[in-house]
Amino acid sequence: MPTYLLIIPFLPLFSFVFTFLFGKRLGVQSHWLPIISVVISFCCAFYAFLQVKSGYHINQDLYTWISSGTMSVSVGFLLDELTSVMLIVVTSISALVHIYSVGYMKGEDGYYRFFAFLSLFTFSMLMLVLGNNFLQLFFGWEAVGLSSYLLIGFYYEKVSAADAGKKAFIVNRIGDFGFILGLFLIYASFGTLHYEPIFAHVDQIANQTFTMLGITVNLPTAIALLLFCGAIGKSAQLPLHVWLPDAMEGPTPVSALIHAATMVTAGVFLVARCNPVFSLSMTALNVITIVGSITCLFAATIALTQTDIKRVVAYSTISQLAYMFIACGVGAYSAGVFHLFTHAYFKALLFLGCGSIILGMHHEQDVKYMGGLKKYMPITYWTFLLASLSISGVPGFAGFFSKDEILAMAFVSNVGAGKFAWFIGTLVAGMTAFYSFRLFFLIFHGDFRGTQEQKDHLKESPRVVTVPLILLAVGAVAAGNFGIPAVIGGNANWGHFLEPVLGHPHAHPSHAIELILMIISVSAGAFGIFLAWKMYMKNPGMPQSIRERFPILYKLSFNKYFVDEMYGFSIVKPVIGFSRHVILKIIDIAIIENIVNGLPRIIGRVSGSMRKVQDGLVSHYLAYMCGGVVFIIIWMYVGA
Amino acid sequence: MSFPILSLLIFLPILGGIVLLGMSRENEKNVKVMALIISLLEFVFTLPLWFAFDKTTYHMQFVERHSWISLFNIEYYLGLDGISILFVMLSALVTILCVLVSWNSIQTKVKEFFVALLLLEGAMIGVFCALDFFLFYIFWEAMLIPMFLLIGVWGGPNRIYAATKFFLFTLVGSLLMLVGIITLYIKGGNTFDILALAEQDLPVRLQLILFWGFFAAFAVKVPMWPVHTWLPDAHTEAPAAGSVVLAAILIKMGAYGFLRFSMPILPDATTAMMMPMLVLSLIGIVYGGVICLAQTDLKRLIAYSSVSHMGFVTLGIFALNTQSVEGGILQMINHGVVTGALFLGIGMVYERTHTRKISDYGGLATNMPVFASFFLLFTLASVGLPGTNGFIGEFLILLGSFMTKPWIALVASSGLIIGAWYMLWLYQRIFFNPVNPKWNRIKELELREIVAFMPMVILIFWIGLFPNTMLDFMHVSVAHLLEQVTGNPEGVASGVQLAVTNSLDSAGHGVQHIQQISH
Repeated sequence: MPTYLLIIPFLPLFSFVFTFLFGKRLGVQSHWLPIISVVISFCCAFYAFLQVKSGYHINQDLYTWISSGTMSVSVGFLLDELTSVMLIVVTSISALVHIYSVGYMKGEDGYYRFFAFLSLFTFSMLMLVLGNNFLQLFFGWEAVGLSSYLLIGFYYEKVSAADAGKKAFIVNRIGDFGFILGLFLIYASFGTLHYEPIFAHVDQIANQTFTMLGITVNLPTAIALLLFCGAIGKSAQLPLHVWLPDAMEGPTPVSALIHAATMVTAGVFLVARCNPVFSLSMTALNVITIVGSITCLFAATIALTQTDIKRVVAYSTISQLAYMFIACGVGAYSAGVFHLFTHAYFKALLFLGCGSIILGMHHEQDVKYMGGLKKYMPITYWTFLLASLSISGVPGFAGFFSKDEILAMAFVSNVGAGKFAWFIGTLVAGMTAFYSFRLFFLIFHGDFRGTQEQKDHLKESPRVVTVPLILLAVGAVAAGNFGIPAVIGGNANWGHFLEPVLGHPHAHPSHAIELILMIISVSAGAFGIFLAWKMYMKNPGMPQSIRERFPILYKLSFNKYFVDEMYGFSIVKPVIGFSRHVILKIIDIAIIENIVNGLPRIIGRVSGSMRKVQDGLVSHYLAYMCGGVVFIIIWMYVGA
Repeated sequence: MSFPILSLLIFLPILGGIVLLGMSRENEKNVKVMALIISLLEFVFTLPLWFAFDKTTYHMQFVERHSWISLFNIEYYLGLDGISILFVMLSALVTILCVLVSWNSIQTKVKEFFVALLLLEGAMIGVFCALDFFLFYIFWEAMLIPMFLLIGVWGGPNRIYAATKFFLFTLVGSLLMLVGIITLYIKGGNTFDILALAEQDLPVRLQLILFWGFFAAFAVKVPMWPVHTWLPDAHTEAPAAGSVVLAAILIKMGAYGFLRFSMPILPDATTAMMMPMLVLSLIGIVYGGVICLAQTDLKRLIAYSSVSHMGFVTLGIFALNTQSVEGGILQMINHGVVTGALFLGIGMVYERTHTRKISDYGGLATNMPVFASFFLLFTLASVGLPGTNGFIGEFLILLGSFMTKPWIALVASSGLIIGAWYMLWLYQRIFFNPVNPKWNRIKELELREIVAFMPMVILIFWIGLFPNTMLDFMHVSVAHLLEQVTGNPEGVASGVQLAVTNSLDSAGHGVQHIQQISH
């Protein structure tokens, strides 16, 4: 195993252990080791990428992790095209977020703890993408969940933060429930959990069926959908999306790194990694496409009305992740991973921009109290603008290339739901542009709506914050260059590079169709931006009048369709109530305990009445004896 | 005849206890130090077992065999195999931690407390070593007395009720087992030799009757649903050390009983009763988990979580295939380590706060960050996070039971969700949320307490990352056990088709990890 590959995950691990144990003593210096180690990891990851690019692959076990009977799983690394891309995304964004956090987290209690957990997250995420088998993937999968839990709950004395961390963990567990059953089914089908033999023999399960409790399903469909359960949880798709908006309780750099750029894309990575299995099941692909489409629209409509800037970006993340799932669903895995790649940069930039604004506003996150920040925070302004243009799909920016590729692939795909996904995706492209620029105008233009005191303190964030913003802005603009489609003069490098792992898309659009689709989606985006400008710059009274005209729609969107309330009412409360009132009070105490304590009581009563027989009177004993003798004589007589 | 190491391990703590009894009551410090030395020595003496154990045979090792009561063929017969060896070591380790955690928390009758603890240790190790059913029964019952005293004398306010309940529950179960043992003796060729009994071919009807007789004893100990209600009471009232021993070792005896007696001696009954046992285990998993959500008492919650976790253990054991049984045995160790550690922690915090009510806590992470870190690790191990030992056991059990019957793993996996729910909720209510001003001056852990935690921390990661070092002990013994029960060293036939596996093997594919197994 080459050393550089070992360094990539294990240096951050070392950094976590060291910083966690000794960081308290290092105090404000505790960020050095985490930053240095993740930067070194990035360099190694880049080297790994170059190695892969020159045709070098690794699939090697470190040691046997668990072996029992015929089951054996190793800890081992797989370095291929997909992994190398993920390594770049994870380490580059992690490094920038580490540096940014020096400014953002300055003076916070538990400064060292924050950096230790960032390192833990980086390690976990790298193990997730590097694993050469499903169990190691699952290890990373749960470990990133743990890091996320710890970082969401970083301000643990706040009930809402502690709640949000717990919620994230438990909701993810619900997805993992399906995931782990999927692993069992994979093991039952292939007798191994390692990628290579599974994907090499995947054709053999093509027409097999699996029966449980009398229900027979197609085996690839069963495996694919069970794995997809895990992806839904991790990537916050319907109906398990509820944890992600709440996760915004965590410090903003965490939202950027974990809840936008890297961890939440693990679900997409999972589907992409298992593409040979998913491609065997048209049913599964349709389900993914439909779930993706609905989530895409659902989250975007919520983002339209939110006023907490982080929540807007959070719902936009859910919506963008849904685009990636649409891509996977229509069989265009490399387009999905491409969007994962570009999204990582522009979304991290949006979040870190929000963080910079929150710093400037002294932890005010409500857009109602912002406005006109442009002149106070020029660097934040310009970088935020670039990110907004990128997410809105303005031609030339990174988001444009990846989103358009997804939409084109969806349109021509032979997956039944493809056209539907294209329609929703285009509609949402317009909405995305609208809510992004709504946010942009409300934050940076118009008059300042906060307090005078806030206004007096407004200033640009320190350089340690703005430099990462600038670097990410480069990514948000240029990341698309890797995959410029042929129709506008590119050579679609991205798809070719990932082809060995992700295969060909089902169908290619002709250049004419691609161009037409491009024009449609760009127009949708342009219309969205125009509408945002009209509503929030030109006619600031318009939003109010629209709200009044559609009060129900507005309330649904503003209250996130009441999904949280629904879950609380239909699941959480009933289960706890059932536990308290039925299981504990009725079954455990009233029934089981009563039987258990009742037995001695009965014995006590019986022996109590028996005791009366022994009253100490010889005459009574004599009578019993006579009775007994008579009984025995009669019994013997009858018996004979 | 080699060195009688097992006798040494059994009688060192017992003799130590007697020596302790003779020491002066005045100098408590000496008593404690002596108890610590004895428990440490005991652990050191278990180390040769680890190194000298031959992992390639299922035959009993370190055997000692002497005729004892020849009239009834009763023997003093000791030995270890891959199933029991780890429990002997765990018992010795846990006892040390119990001594440490009781250092300050036991204030009355200090000497007697440590005597009871050491006697308990001797009896526990005896149970795991005994190969003669009669001898086993003696150790089994002997455990009861010191444990009864630990709860009844040094327990909480409601200790008498709890101790009596504990005593009666186990005693009723044990008596039915005694009837079973005697029946076995009569019908099984006048012997108490467990290995010889396993060779007998008993009629199925008799096996079934005996199975339920043993079940009474073992299920109560595990405890399986619905005979679990003694456990929350016993745990709540027991002193910290009592809870730790109870959780870590005592309740393992039940599952061990199934493995050592019910399964090899009554194979036909075991396979016939597989389904009822699996269903009871599933009920235990879900029921024990859901009921945790209603708990307001710290110790009660962990006690009920034991019902759920031990449900996984019995599920694994009765799913009857290699992965599930090995997972079940490993999970016994894991549960001992993790729940033992949780009770250690609760004991430490109780010493400071004197309350077990969850709602009295809050924000403890601020003033006790070290403690919070330890407890978080134990919580995560308890919910089976990969990388910790809890994951390995649960994974193997679930995988194994999926292979036997997929729907069983489906139901059991729901325990993972519920487990995360109640454990993280508990953790939040104790360590997160606003700081309860009552605990503003609470003391952080002292060195003694950190030392007591360390072995558990090491074991959690050790087993979590290198489980093969433990599983290697079991492979041959478990294969032998499964062969005895099902006639196949891999256990019952899989309920799932293995379409590709066969072709994988025949094609010579499956790279290195498939080949490694054949060695």
